[in-house]
Amino acid sequence: MTSTTADILLLAFGSFGILIALTVLGEILRARQPVHDPNPMLDTYMTRVQSWWGMVTFIGLALLLGKPGIMTLFAFASFAALREFLTLTTKTQADHLSLALAFFAVLPLQYVFVGFGWTGLYTVFIPVYAFLFLPMISALRGNPQRFLVRVAETQWALMIAVFCVSHVPALMSLDIAGYGERSVLLIAFLVMVVQLGDLLDFFFGRRIGRTKIAPGLSPKTWEGLVCGVLSAMVIGAMLSWITPFGFWGAALMAGIASLVGMFGNLVVAAIKRDRGVKDWSHLIPGQGGFVDQLDSVIFAAPIFYQLTKYFYT
Amino acid sequence: MKFLRQFAARIVGQSIRIFARAITAVRAEWKGIEPVPRQRVYFANHTSNADMPMIWSVLPPALRRTVRPVAAADYWLKNKLRAFVGPEVFNCVLVDRRPEVQDKPMDKIIAALDEGSSLIIFPEGNRNMTEDPLLPFKAGLYNMGVARPDVDLVPTWVANLTEIMPKGEVIPLPLICTVTFGEPIHVREGESKDDFLKRASEALLAQRPEARQ
Repeated sequence: MTSTTADILLLAFGSFGILIALTVLGEILRARQPVHDPNPMLDTYMTRVQSWWGMVTFIGLALLLGKPGIMTLFAFASFAALREFLTLTTKTQADHLSLALAFFAVLPLQYVFVGFGWTGLYTVFIPVYAFLFLPMISALRGNPQRFLVRVAETQWALMIAVFCVSHVPALMSLDIAGYGERSVLLIAFLVMVVQLGDLLDFFFGRRIGRTKIAPGLSPKTWEGLVCGVLSAMVIGAMLSWITPFGFWGAALMAGIASLVGMFGNLVVAAIKRDRGVKDWSHLIPGQGGFVDQLDSVIFAAPIFYQLTKYFYT
Repeated sequence: MKFLRQFAARIVGQSIRIFARAITAVRAEWKGIEPVPRQRVYFANHTSNADMPMIWSVLPPALRRTVRPVAAADYWLKNKLRAFVGPEVFNCVLVDRRPEVQDKPMDKIIAALDEGSSLIIFPEGNRNMTEDPLLPFKAGLYNMGVARPDVDLVPTWVANLTEIMPKGEVIPLPLICTVTFGEPIHVREGESKDDFLKRASEALLAQRPEARQ
């Protein structure tokens, strides 16, 4: 067993430990609850915990399988996110071909480029080539109605669901001196600090949250956000042994990723409010769709990638 | 032989359901009713041949077993495969719409209701190929509501199928299809046919996702 595999297993067991604690807590609360008086909060909590079991298992297995596993998992996540996003965007039949290309050409190609580690391609493919060519294909059908809205929303969907998501597996192709094949652990680091930061933001927000950040959008509070980011920094520092960042570096990277993720969550909340939906889809029981669950990771990924690339390669 | 056919029908039914879920991630939104076994007539908009399989796929097993789509005999009896899928997989109530045939569709529909089945019907009569969200309803829904006033008439909106596969396109888009079930309606005492059909049509339009923003 390589040291990378050992570390992944250790992280997986650590996560399972947390999940077992959360599950036991939920079951105790449920046992105390009178049968004829169901508690919807508790049920939501338990469905969420169950979904986390699934996610930890999937991500853990993908990490153990290495590159092919990670690429498949995130390509699938991109597909699910793109489907959720494009279901809500403005489109007409004139966009049919460009949307089909987004699903069946742009998305797979982006993951091929990431898989082969062609940095020069995957960082410009969607922001430049897809950005220029997909509107041309829509224009060829000759329907000017709400044209700018249609192409802009399609491009936004691709940027969020494909470009940003693909920056998570792209972390593997970073060439960090003395870190080598352990770069797969950066994925575990990013996902864990951002998701745990979110969870603790939610927890502290409920407990001590007073000042809402954007009252029209989301129940997120400044108090929760600060506690969440600080917790992410502590968790990041504790996980510094799997990163090339060192103790303080890991804390700082975790803090930045968590902060970007939390504001990304606000952006996603604004889009949901505008389109009048509560969740993007019902793919993950109790947590809505992929975009709902991964919004913070999606926004944090490119920034985390760029910072790592700039400072550590 | 009969057992084998039933078994095959079950396999085909499950495959259709899985296929619908994989392509369109189809899901139900129970807005006005709960997914509980009650006798209902689900009346839905009709833009694509996939409408009926979509509604059928999102119903939980207990409801799916007792639901019978009302469908056109000329479509479902066209060849052997359809004649298997329509009557045996979906358990369709087949009605002949041709005026020259004395088929008495309403008698068959009432018979199906009296045996306790729920129904899926498309009150527009034909597939809607226009820009309008709904065509004017045919009288069938009103007649059912008058003949069996206890049965809940549930407005059921199937969203996004036209975006997934617009007419004339070859590649389907894997967008999410939603089936929204609204609050049931009944024919009111003394309500005229036209008034009721107008109200039913409005109840159905209110289930559109874009109408709820």
